[in-house]
Amino acid sequence: MPEADAISVKNLTMAYGGYTVMRKLDFSVRPSEIKVIMGGSGCGKSTLLKHLVGLEQAASGEIFYGDQRFEPGTVEAAGIRRKFGLSFQGGALWSSMTLEENVALPLEQYTHLSAADIRDMVDFKLSLVGLAGFGHRLPSELSGGMRKRAGIARAIALDPHILFFDEPSAGLDPLSSRRLDDLILELRDALGATVVVVTHELASIFAIADSALFLDAESKTALCDGKPNDLIDNPAIDAKVRRFLRRGDND
Amino acid sequence: MHGSFTTFGKRRYGTQFKNMSEMAQKADWGTRRKGACFVVHFSGAWLSKSLRPELDTLYAAIVAETNLETLHLEADHLLAWDSALLVVVRKLCDWAEARGLRTRLDGLPKGIQSLIELSRAVPENKQVSDESPEDFLSSVGERALSSYRGLNGYFEFLGLLCIGLLATIRGCGRMRAKDFLSLLQATGAQAVPIVSLLSFLTGLIIAFIGVIQLQKFAADIYVADLVGLAITRELGCVMAGVIMAGRTGAAFAAQIGSMQVNEEVDALTTFGISPMQFLVVPRVIALVLMLPLLCACANFVGIIGGMVVAVEISDVSVLQYCKQIQAAVSLSDLSVGLFKSAVFGLIIALAGCYRGLNCGRDASGVGQAATSAVVTSITWIVVADAIFAVMFHNLNI
Repeated sequence: MPEADAISVKNLTMAYGGYTVMRKLDFSVRPSEIKVIMGGSGCGKSTLLKHLVGLEQAASGEIFYGDQRFEPGTVEAAGIRRKFGLSFQGGALWSSMTLEENVALPLEQYTHLSAADIRDMVDFKLSLVGLAGFGHRLPSELSGGMRKRAGIARAIALDPHILFFDEPSAGLDPLSSRRLDDLILELRDALGATVVVVTHELASIFAIADSALFLDAESKTALCDGKPNDLIDNPAIDAKVRRFLRRGDND
Repeated sequence: MHGSFTTFGKRRYGTQFKNMSEMAQKADWGTRRKGACFVVHFSGAWLSKSLRPELDTLYAAIVAETNLETLHLEADHLLAWDSALLVVVRKLCDWAEARGLRTRLDGLPKGIQSLIELSRAVPENKQVSDESPEDFLSSVGERALSSYRGLNGYFEFLGLLCIGLLATIRGCGRMRAKDFLSLLQATGAQAVPIVSLLSFLTGLIIAFIGVIQLQKFAADIYVADLVGLAITRELGCVMAGVIMAGRTGAAFAAQIGSMQVNEEVDALTTFGISPMQFLVVPRVIALVLMLPLLCACANFVGIIGGMVVAVEISDVSVLQYCKQIQAAVSLSDLSVGLFKSAVFGLIIALAGCYRGLNCGRDASGVGQAATSAVVTSITWIVVADAIFAVMFHNLNI
């Protein structure tokens, strides 16, 4: 019997007020897969991510984690959420707490570790994102890129089963961005985590994606879903997607 | 030799400049008909600062022609151009194409052609939001629905707060001791100086007004009754409440509001930490605990303020004043004030946190949240005080 999909989205329509962002999205993410959600700026990638984690309510359609239906606000949703790690576009660190406290908070809330164990764990997570020794700083004392990496350290604090990244490498230098791609791959391999990444960085897409979902702002729906290397050469795929993957060059 | 060269140079420069400024004044076009083609020829200096002819005259000239197929724009003797010319060309092209004319730009300088092409590379967004209440009735309906949703939101907030408070009492809340202690300090100890100063002055003012009237009846000693009752029953708690609404209510709204803008509240939610339990509950508890203490402080300092006036202006001694206060102010007067201040604390914390959590996602939203938190809490403090006045009167307290 094949393993159930980690995430499946059925007929999802997203809207703000009367403005439809995307309609009739259907896709699924297999366990331990890295799924990239790509598309031009403003097409609704981040909005889709917010729907997946339950920060926004869907206009219609359903989202399943495993075989459990995910509906924000319910008790089951709180249980499913516990398995999530989400890294925000701007980091979204709690600004009144130091980096250490930021990473430690989820651990304090959900584990029974001693203070010393938590400190070790926090040091380790910070060193994974290259921020060892910055633990005592406040978010306002860090650069944008560092904040973003600290946000990732916080997202992986609880060794989540499902990781969401919102534009992880945007605004990072090429080396940090590469390190981050490696980190995402390592996390998947080591923890067996399912990863959903919103990005439009082509280098990252080709480096990490097991499959990529292309959202199109014009037709307001997903145009295709597949491995980027297969999409780029497949004449059956919409030319828009191939142009996107080739940075605007035609075949 | 040297001198004449300079003169020559100056003159050259002068004429050139005169020419330039003359040209800079003039941006012009000429038009001619060439078969089915209407040619517009731009000349002069097309700069934002120069005088430009009205586009309407050109539209009228084109409309007057019949059997046109193409609009040809050209310019070979342009002195200078900037975005002013680009805007005109773009408008002209859009206008002509809307009337079924083809446009040709190949007579324009290369730079203009490529910028116009670039500006038209991505078509204009035609989609507008579906909701556009045009008529009066639907906008009234929209308003009514949104106030209904607002009311629902407020009840939801209160309900979640009750759940959060219960969870905290049962010991399974998500509050951090460190945050709570620093909130206690910010809402309590740090507010003592300003609350003391203002209540001292209030006591002083009340005593002044009272003493001047009471001296006429040689009843100076009753200034203690006046100050004691006014401060303990009303002014102490209202002053402390109003000060804390401006100081702490606004701070709560701004803190939580900017967390909302930074997605920090979303980050809490995704970690399964309820913002209600983590942010709101500690603030509510801190303020409800601290405001009665501040009120007690305000009472004490206000009475001292009254005493300063009584002793200085009339011949009441400190001991007489204290004795009279003791006789005039009963324990129930004191507890009425303290009880009211706890309720005011609840009002301020609720207004601040509610506005903060419902803050818009931009910087101006934070400002609005802070403003409306202060306005809401002061309004409700006064309303609650009026209700309490009637209630305590009927209960004979």
